[in-house]
Amino acid sequence: MAHKSIETKYYEERASFFEDLKVVGALSRRGFLQIAGVSAGIAAAKGLIVPQSFQLIEIANAAPSIAPFTVAYVSDTHLYTRNVNDRFIRSAVKAVEDVNALDPQPDFVLFGGDLAQLGRREELDLGAQILKDVKAPVKMMVGEHDWFLDMGAHWQELFGPPQYSFDHKGVHFVTLMSVNEKDFWTARGMTPEERMQTVAGLDNGVQSRFEVGPEGRDWLAKDLAALDKATPVVIFSHSPLYKYYHNWNFWTDDAEEVQAILSKFDTVSVIHGHTHQLLLNRIGNISFYGLLSTAWPWPYAPEGLPKLTVQMNRADPFDGFDGCGDGQLNILASGMVDKVYNLWNRNPVTVRASYLSSGGAQDRPPAVTLPSY
Amino acid sequence: MRLSYPFLLALSLTAAPAALGNDLPRHNVPDSKDGNLVVGLCDGETSVEVKGVKPGEPMTRKQGQAIADALMKEWQRKHPDGGWLAAEATGGSASQVPEPQSPASAQFQTYGAFTERDKEIWKESTERLVAEGKRIFHDAKALGGTIAISCDMCHPDGSNTHAETYPKFQTQLGRVALLRDMINWCIENPVRGKPFPDDDPRLKALEAYMLAQRKGAVLDYGKH
Repeated sequence: MAHKSIETKYYEERASFFEDLKVVGALSRRGFLQIAGVSAGIAAAKGLIVPQSFQLIEIANAAPSIAPFTVAYVSDTHLYTRNVNDRFIRSAVKAVEDVNALDPQPDFVLFGGDLAQLGRREELDLGAQILKDVKAPVKMMVGEHDWFLDMGAHWQELFGPPQYSFDHKGVHFVTLMSVNEKDFWTARGMTPEERMQTVAGLDNGVQSRFEVGPEGRDWLAKDLAALDKATPVVIFSHSPLYKYYHNWNFWTDDAEEVQAILSKFDTVSVIHGHTHQLLLNRIGNISFYGLLSTAWPWPYAPEGLPKLTVQMNRADPFDGFDGCGDGQLNILASGMVDKVYNLWNRNPVTVRASYLSSGGAQDRPPAVTLPSY
Repeated sequence: MRLSYPFLLALSLTAAPAALGNDLPRHNVPDSKDGNLVVGLCDGETSVEVKGVKPGEPMTRKQGQAIADALMKEWQRKHPDGGWLAAEATGGSASQVPEPQSPASAQFQTYGAFTERDKEIWKESTERLVAEGKRIFHDAKALGGTIAISCDMCHPDGSNTHAETYPKFQTQLGRVALLRDMINWCIENPVRGKPFPDDDPRLKALEAYMLAQRKGAVLDYGKH
């Protein structure tokens, strides 16, 4: 039998329930409640529960009952040191102030990678210092700009291993190291600085494409092996974990293998950095949400944009903060994620989990008025 | 009908018989008994003697016109039904005018006379300008930037520079802007450099790169 996501089952069961009511006959609200009550009684007798008025779910398949909570994020700050460029520092500080102003406070704050612009020790130290001002606990993710000068040495000194998992209020969170690249530098005799500069550029064909890699995939499979498939899983990844646009490395080379590992779960959300734009996708039952950058927005790629993405308006080049921002992940009772794009100097855009899980049929975010050229 | 002075000059040159090679058409004009100048017509047959003028001596415009008139009168006497323009086109008498031919398959002019090899060379030269623009676009120092920002950081592959939409009214500037105005705006603000003068080769190269990136896009000036 084809695997069905928890939300697909939810909608099927709901439709089936109302179909049954039609068989009984046209019902008043009172009649509906009577039937529902009788169903509930029968359900209770059979060891079933009624978590919602219209939905019967067997206990073994029950959606996890999660007390909703919020995670805030700051991502892609691309810090230079203060003597080089203080603009990105001001943006990062602004995002930290945003997060600290949230009331109630988020359970924790995700940093989405690319703390530094060129992976320098001073840049990473500066980033660590700025993030110390965040009141809530911070979960760190690494980006390629943090990694390719010293292959992650200083970042790991500051923040620990780049790949880890944890459980929070019934949700299993995994932070993946997804910006590995096959060695393109040794054969070209590149210095570490040249390697970093090459990876830092988007539109060059020299660097390899991102990958989680075989070791990372093994680690992920083992990490998830013991989990029940009903456990909601949220993956933090710097790279999108799908294939969007090869030329700009909006790309994860082993995306299909990673998706296969995740596909056994009913509810999976991937939260990724790197693309600096409002970006949405749904593959199988995996919902993908891109994070905003605080430093600059990327234009949408000329091809490969996922159909479910509702573009954010083009950025105003005369406003250094436009198209940038931060945001929140609202973890719902179902373990799915509503994503808030807090675009600076614009109205925030909220993407409901149901928009992606319904394949775009419901809760469409506000339409773009200034699409990409 | 009056002939122009340059035409007469051509006549005089063809009148110098000794220098011509055997393979070229010759017009041997009869000698003058008094050693006067004899001028031949381009039909290869007609000639007139210019009384009072020795070969090599200067002539007035009036004398030259008289020679031309005399030659034309003699030619018209010989060809009472002849068309002078047709004869002029073939360089011979009217009776030698060939039948009309079908037109050539393509027009020809010196300007259009280039080869595939020429085109390759020109393409290479153009690509070199585009490549120079690409280099500057990706290099904060070459842009004269002071905060390590280069164009490609926001515009990979020149995306969202939409060269085809200029000129247009740039609302933030409150006036109509050309692409170069926007290039200079970005150099001055996000890049924090000094704007390039209009004739700066770097500005030309940047324009070339951005336009090259939009090859095939419909020119749509004024678009927002």
